[in-house]
Parts: sequence; structure tokens; C-alpha cells
Amino acid sequence: MSDTHSESTTVSYVRTETIPQQAAPANAAGPAKWIKDNLFATWANSLLTVAAIYVIYLVLASTLPWIFGGVWSTGSLRECREVLDGATGACFSVLTERWNQLLFGFKYPTDQYWRPTVAFLLMFVAMAPVLFFDLPRKLLIVTGLFPFVAFWLIWGGTIWTPLFALLSVIVGYIVYSKLVARSFAAGFFGGIAAALVFFWLSGFIVPSLTPDEPFLEAVPSRDLGGYMLNMMLGVTCVSLSLPIGIALALGRQSSMPLIKWVSVIFIEFIRGVPLITLLFVANVMLAYFFPPGSGVDLFLRVVIMITMFSSAYIAEVIRGGLAALPKGQYEAADSLGLDYSQAMRLIILPQALKISIPGIVNIAVGLFKDTTLVSVISMFDLIGMIRGPILASTDWAGVYWELFGFAALIFFVVCYGISQYSQWLERRLATDHR
Amino acid sequence: MNKSVLFGALTIAGLAAGAAAAGTLDDVKARGKLNCGVTTGLAGFAAPNANGEWEGFDVAVCRAVAAAVLGDKNAVEFVPTTGKTRFTALASGEIDFLARNTTWTFSRDTDLKFDFVGINYYDGQGFMVPKALGVSSAKDLDGATVCIQTGTTTELNLADFFRSNNISYEPVPIETNAEGQQQYLAGACDTYTTDASGLASTRATFENPGDHVLLPEIISKEPLGPLVRHGDNEWGDITRWVLNALIAAEELGITSANIEEMASNTNNPEVARILGTEGTLGEMIGLDAEWAKRAIMAEGNYGEIFARNIGEETPIGLARGLNAQWTDGGLLYTPPFR
Repeated sequence: MSDTHSESTTVSYVRTETIPQQAAPANAAGPAKWIKDNLFATWANSLLTVAAIYVIYLVLASTLPWIFGGVWSTGSLRECREVLDGATGACFSVLTERWNQLLFGFKYPTDQYWRPTVAFLLMFVAMAPVLFFDLPRKLLIVTGLFPFVAFWLIWGGTIWTPLFALLSVIVGYIVYSKLVARSFAAGFFGGIAAALVFFWLSGFIVPSLTPDEPFLEAVPSRDLGGYMLNMMLGVTCVSLSLPIGIALALGRQSSMPLIKWVSVIFIEFIRGVPLITLLFVANVMLAYFFPPGSGVDLFLRVVIMITMFSSAYIAEVIRGGLAALPKGQYEAADSLGLDYSQAMRLIILPQALKISIPGIVNIAVGLFKDTTLVSVISMFDLIGMIRGPILASTDWAGVYWELFGFAALIFFVVCYGISQYSQWLERRLATDHR
Repeated sequence: MNKSVLFGALTIAGLAAGAAAAGTLDDVKARGKLNCGVTTGLAGFAAPNANGEWEGFDVAVCRAVAAAVLGDKNAVEFVPTTGKTRFTALASGEIDFLARNTTWTFSRDTDLKFDFVGINYYDGQGFMVPKALGVSSAKDLDGATVCIQTGTTTELNLADFFRSNNISYEPVPIETNAEGQQQYLAGACDTYTTDASGLASTRATFENPGDHVLLPEIISKEPLGPLVRHGDNEWGDITRWVLNALIAAEELGITSANIEEMASNTNNPEVARILGTEGTLGEMIGLDAEWAKRAIMAEGNYGEIFARNIGEETPIGLARGLNAQWTDGGLLYTPPFR
């Protein structure tokens, strides 16, 4: 080849070197081409593009001056309006003055804000090994300890209550591991029973161990509020309802009539009742059953109701995942000689849960936003704080866009984060070759 | 099976609770705190301030009761209630006393089994219109669109008023006061109607309050007052007379500033009886002699409470009107302390 090539150099009308690569013509590459192809391809497209640009202009022209002309440092709406003096601008000073109430509620002790903040940061450490399973498994110890540490940080009081709760979980686990060799059900229920009995017994010791001045000042549930409350309800209820939902989904498929019917009735009943009804029951109806003053904590009642609600939905999503598995998977597990719990744990659930991820995330996002419903039963979550105390104060009555915009923003950040994580998870778990 | 055990336990607990409901006064003293139901937030009447402390016209009544019974005006656990949860909270014993600008009506007093202990604010339903509309009387509102909160007595009053005046209107249903403000300002309705105090405080938050006027007609009676459960008359008496003491104090010129002086040297026997330097009024309701003195010292007399929270000097800017003493042409009139 090289010979022919060198021979041909003698011919004058043949190029001896390759033409250097040329940039594409301006109208066939770069932004110009992109605009032409995507925005002005046909006359109809052009029309829509112009119309869309006009709408975007209208929206920005009215919101940008409002945002950038915002006032950040006044003490009341009246002062803010004086400063603005008729000009367009937002009164963001409601956020700078009341940010602590929006985030922590109006009764959480001001000098103790570091406690929920530390709990919030620890939450990321605790969630990391669960969400990202490439991380070292030892981090799961943090996850296991987190509920107890977070409880102690947020509610304060004596450290012995969460400590004994932790001990009873450990006792339950020991009983479980002793009994599980005999049968899974015996281990499971025996473990739970042992943990409950131990915790109940510890209730007699804790008061005598409680110091008069605990290291962390005790904060009653009624004093929790703001975005912290939404976050606590969301995280607690999602993490509780996932295992309960799995149990219900499996229970519904069980061949044992009692378990099957209990699951079916529970799921169908909860799905047939609006969440707001359950919250009203938690707030007002249960108060009739307990003697005055000794009622179960309102936060706990609400957690139970929301968890019941979302676990019924998650159970149905997971049932969909179970139904999508080919029958061969069940038969393969049986033919390997695996018992029920092994087959579920090793073969069925990993596949069924993978299929269910989008549905579960959908429920989780919806649940997180539903936590704002507690504002109708006079709990001061983020929306409750805005609708109640802040809009009712003589200083800030009449501020709407700034406050609800702020609420929308922080809910969006969390919900978008959850959604992005689930997409990452789906990609990470994609084992089929589509 | 677990569920039936649970419900069984709940039922027994409920029965025990019914049996154990002894005197509210003893319960409150044993607890050391008064559980007082208030709104989740209504400008001037009850709302937490930037420091998280509750303040307002209804809150002051709670504090006065706590001061009279427990000797500490801060020994109050404020339980925020909504319009929907307030009555169950009181009936179930979650709160001892409800001060949540609640209208005294026949059915609430009898059918719902509550006792209204008095009236701390005489309200009535009014109309607000933009000045530009050029309307000077509610009777000129023929064919107007009216923003009205659904499911309230104001909705029924509105229908009655227009029917009896033989004029028509178009209702624009709204859910909350905040929504009403926005709808009204956006021009979705010609006039907004609710309690006159609510209209005044709403107008105070507008950017240009002067562009809106309240029409002179008041089309309903809305006597707002605190209430307690049926069946504990001792507790009802205490709260009733704490409220009366606040009103009487204004009539007799006892203020939080001069109360010590009044207590030590007064020629008026009624003042002496209220402040406990004479007679045994406190003993008759199961409290000590200085109960009313503490109640008045807590937040001042009725007039001081009114002026500080909703009076003309505040952004709410309500005139005394019907809520003046009877000696000034209002409706406040307490039975004698004797």
C-alpha cells in the first residue's frame, strides 16, 4: 500500500495530504442547528416556541422583581410595606424572623435547637448504609443505634428509657436467635414478646434511676413542631411501614386462613378509609378511651395511624411485585429444598421488591407530603405553623406567597431527592439486559 | 385475638375514666397546670408570639383562671384546637376550660352538654366592601357576590338576612378566613362577610386598609364566651366568677397598677369583697381569699386586656362598642359580688 501511495505523489493533480477536518457549517451544527431543529423546525413549532417564550417572559417578569426586590430585615408586615413603599417585592423578613418556628415549632426550647439538628445530621449517616449498599456493612451499627439516639436527642429526659428500649431489642434478638432454629414463627413472635416483656419490666426501674435534672432537658411531644415534625413523622412512618407492608403482603398470600383474612381485612379496611378520618380518630376519638391525662402520646397515636395507612398501601404495591414473579421462581425455590422463610428471603422478595421500587417510592413521597395533614388536628407541623400561629400573629397576618413558597421549596427538595435516589436504585439493580 | 384484647382494654379504660372523673378543681390542683383550649391562631384573640408565648384576648382569660386557681398565671398548658376538634377535646376531658371565641348557642349549651360561663366578647356578623364599590348599606347589596365560609352559622345568617330584605346574592364558598381574604382582595367577590371582629382584624392586614369599609349593619348576634363541661358546677362557678371579677374590676376601677393600693385602703365594700380583704367569697368557691386579686393582677382587668390585645391602639383596632361597661352604654354587666 505504501508503495502505491508514494508513487502517486508524482501525479500533480492528486492531493498529497488529507484535508484537515473542517468545522461544520454554522447552520448545520452547534446551537444554531439545535435551535433550528428543536424550536423552529416547522412553522407550527415556531409559533409554539414564540408563544412559550412569551409566557416564560410573563412569569419571570412578574416573579423575578418580586424575589430580588425582597425585604429581609423588617420586624412586621407593616414595616416591610413601609420599606417597600409601593414597589414590588417580597417580605422575606417573615422567614428571617420566624425561621426557627418554621423549622422547629414555636415551643421547642430555643437553646436546644442543636439537638434535633444533630439528630437530623445523624440521620444521613444512619440512612447511608441502608440506601447505598456499597458502603461498609459495619455502618449498619450506626443505623441500629440511631432510633434510640435520635429519640434521646429530640425528646431528652432520662437516658435510661432509650437505653432500656435498646436492651429489650437486644433481648428480643437473643430469644429470636435461640428459637429460630426450631421454627421461624416461634422465633419471630417469641422475640417480639420477649422484647415487650423486658421493656414493660424496665418501666418499673426507670423512674427510680431518673435524675431530677437530666443531662438533656425533657421536651414533651406537644412542643415538637415545624418541619422537624414532618421529617420525624415521614422518616418514622416510612421506615416502619415498609416491614409491616411486606409482612401484610406475604400474609395476604398465605395459605393459612387466619393470617390471610386478618391481612385482607386490615388492608381493605385501611384502604377504604381516608387518612384524615384516621387522624381524627387518633386525635379525638382515642381520647375518649383513655382516662384523662394518661392518654397515649399524641405523636405516637399519629405515627400509628399514618403507619397503618401507608403499610396497607405498600402491602398492595409489594403484592403486585410478588404477582409479577413467574411461578417458576417459587417452584425453583421449593425444588432447592428451601423452607418458606429462606425461599422468601433469598429468592422471592429480592426480586419482588426490585419490581416494586417505583411503587414504594411513590407511596413514600405521597406519605411524606401527607404528613402535613396533621395540621388539621391542631399539630403545628410546617403547614400548621404557617396557617396557625404565624398568619394569626398581628405582625404577619397577610403574608401568604412567601411562607407557602418556602414550604413548597423545602418539600420539593426532599421529594425530588427521594425520587432521584429511586431512579439511581433502579439503574443500580438493573440485572436484566434490556 | 390481639385486637380484641386491645379493644377490651380500651373499653375498660374508658369506663374507668368515666368513673374517675371527680372534681375538675382537684384534678387541676393535683396536676399543677390548667389545660386550656385555645384556637390554633386568631389574630388578637390567641396566637403564639415570636418567642413562642401565647398571647391574646382569650389567652388572658385562661391565664386569669390559672392565676386564681393555681396562683401562677403561667401554669397553663395551652391546647390548640380547631373548630372541629374543640368540643370533643372539652367533652373528653383533654382540656378543663375552652376559651376559643365560641358562639353561645342553644344547642351547644344543651345538646352538646356544655356550660357557657359568660360572654367575654359580643360579636355580630358584618360586611366589608371595597370603598370603590360605593355601597353604604348592606341593603344596597342586591345581586352582589358574597364570600362566605361554608358550614358556619354566618352562612345561615346571610341567607336569612337577604331573604328577609327581599334581595338576592350569589355566594362564593370559601373554606378559611385566610382564603376569604385572598378571594376578596383578588376581586372574586364584591363583599366579604364574617364576624365583625374578624373583618376588622382582616382589614388591618391589608396593604391599604383605607380602601375598604365595614358596612354599618350587624346581621346576627354572636356572643363569644368561654365554656366548661356539664356536670361540674363548682368548676363552672369558679370560671364564671373569675370572668365576672375581670369585668367588675374595670367597672370598679381596679387595675393591675393600682390593685395593691386598692386592696389595702378602699372605702368601697364591694372592692374589698372582691379583693378578699372583707368577707369570705373565696371560701365559698373553694379558693383562698385573694383568688380574684391574683386573677386581675395576671393580665389586668377586662378593659386592660381588651386594650392590649384587640383595642384601638393595636393593629386589630376594635372599638369597645357593645363590649363597653353598662355604665358606658355597653352590654357588660356583672351580677354583684356579695
